[in-house]
Amino acid sequence: MLNELIPLIWIIAKILVILIPVLIAVAYYTYAERKVIGYIQVRIGPNRVGVFGLGQPIADAVKLLFKEMILPTASNPILFVIAPVIAIAPALAAWAVIPFGDGLVLANINAGLLYILAITSLGVYSVLISGWASNSKYAFLGAMRSAAQVVSYEIAMGFALVVVLMAADSTNLSQIVLHQSGGFWHWFWLPLLPVFVVFFISGVAETNRLPFDMAEGESEIVAGFHVEYSGIAFACFFLGEYASIILICAVTATLFLGGWLSPFQGIPGLEQAFAFVPGLVWFVLKTWVFMFIFLWIRATFPRYRYDQIMRLGWKILIPVAVVWIAVIGIAIQLHIPPWFT
Amino acid sequence: MYIEQLVFIVSSAALIGCALMMVIAKNTVHSALFLVMCFVASAVLWILLEAEFLALILIFVYVGAVMTLFLFVIMLLNLDIISREKGMFVRFLPIGIVLILGMLAMMVYVISPEHFGHLVPVHESADYSNIKELGMVLYTQYVYPLEAAAALLLVAIIAAVGLTFRGKAHRKAQNINEQLLVKKEDRLTILKMPSEGKEE
Repeated sequence: MLNELIPLIWIIAKILVILIPVLIAVAYYTYAERKVIGYIQVRIGPNRVGVFGLGQPIADAVKLLFKEMILPTASNPILFVIAPVIAIAPALAAWAVIPFGDGLVLANINAGLLYILAITSLGVYSVLISGWASNSKYAFLGAMRSAAQVVSYEIAMGFALVVVLMAADSTNLSQIVLHQSGGFWHWFWLPLLPVFVVFFISGVAETNRLPFDMAEGESEIVAGFHVEYSGIAFACFFLGEYASIILICAVTATLFLGGWLSPFQGIPGLEQAFAFVPGLVWFVLKTWVFMFIFLWIRATFPRYRYDQIMRLGWKILIPVAVVWIAVIGIAIQLHIPPWFT
Repeated sequence: MYIEQLVFIVSSAALIGCALMMVIAKNTVHSALFLVMCFVASAVLWILLEAEFLALILIFVYVGAVMTLFLFVIMLLNLDIISREKGMFVRFLPIGIVLILGMLAMMVYVISPEHFGHLVPVHESADYSNIKELGMVLYTQYVYPLEAAAALLLVAIIAAVGLTFRGKAHRKAQNINEQLLVKKEDRLTILKMPSEGKEE
């Protein structure tokens, strides 16, 4: 009995070591978003709470915690409360298989890629359930839009991941990273460039971010699926959304930019000079690049029209990914160096 | 072993409970959500059997896509009238009992030791890959049934398109090129006219 419990406590400790930094990252990502978008739009952004406004996320969290959570009378109370919980749970659960460094992973499972795909596909339930349980026309419209959109882009994402697992000959995320070792030009971003773009665009669409934020669509359907939510439940939706954004960025860095591998690998001189940097630092830096691109996209692009979203997903992204499956299949058969030897 | 048994007991109890609730629930959306929980619970059981590929595909395909579309349709239909109707459960109970007994007999026959083999799951070594094993069996031993199933699915896709395609004449489609090539002059005319002024 006790022999069983000790590894369990050890696993829980590891989970906390992963989740606490993730949640801090979520809090400061909201701050970074407001700052970055502010500077892109020639504003200052939050600068009142603390030095440079660094206390802003904490102030926001405290404010949302103390606000009243209103339960609409015509809503379905149980589902209304469950929906925000479903928003956070998959976004945090998916971190279990992300390799932060060589061996630095909570669950080094063989089907890591599939696990990510399966867990992130659960996120749509929070939008669907909240939209239906709110018993509001706007929330319902947002939920319907989001469901159709997420299912469409999941197909493109699934095909993109098929190409990655073909190229790496594994669905284990650590194996995928190790297959890319050998420096900047050995990473998968170059041979899988179209798929890389497809995956990232689908990731933006999966997380319901601009320019694909049909579920929210402030100027069209007020706030979409979370129009009836307030207080801590409203905060939960945002926690889930930002956690899944950071997750998508981390997965993109793992699959296409070589995860924890150093970019100076194979370059004489530089490789030795940067050997002291731990893999975790490279991984975090690569994730930051994508997190910044998310904000950049949000600050610059207008919202897509709904039929154009569907057209992009079905008629452009999916065919590109399918064609690249064939291309990579041929490349693997021909053993094209340095990726498919 | 203790924790594994605990997980097994909890998830199978959840599976049975959710399956019952799916049938009993008055609200159709609740029924569909209980079905989703059933899928998740059975995925946990498959993980315990080290069939991680099947378990994750069950979640990805059924929970992530199929049930989403189910819910999509159910939520759009106004099913309140049907779900309020009383006596449905009792009326269909005799047929249900017959079906349950039939399925139970089939299950007992199939899962009996002479057909199913060992009843205790064997733990594979760490380098065992469920996906590779499945692929090996599917693309060698069962390659013709696999191809037949693929052809069947392709036929179903073509049939679905054929059933819903109403021909070019009745279709309202947008020509994206035309939309993008629109110039200011096509939409906007600027008229010059003298201002009317206030009449004194």
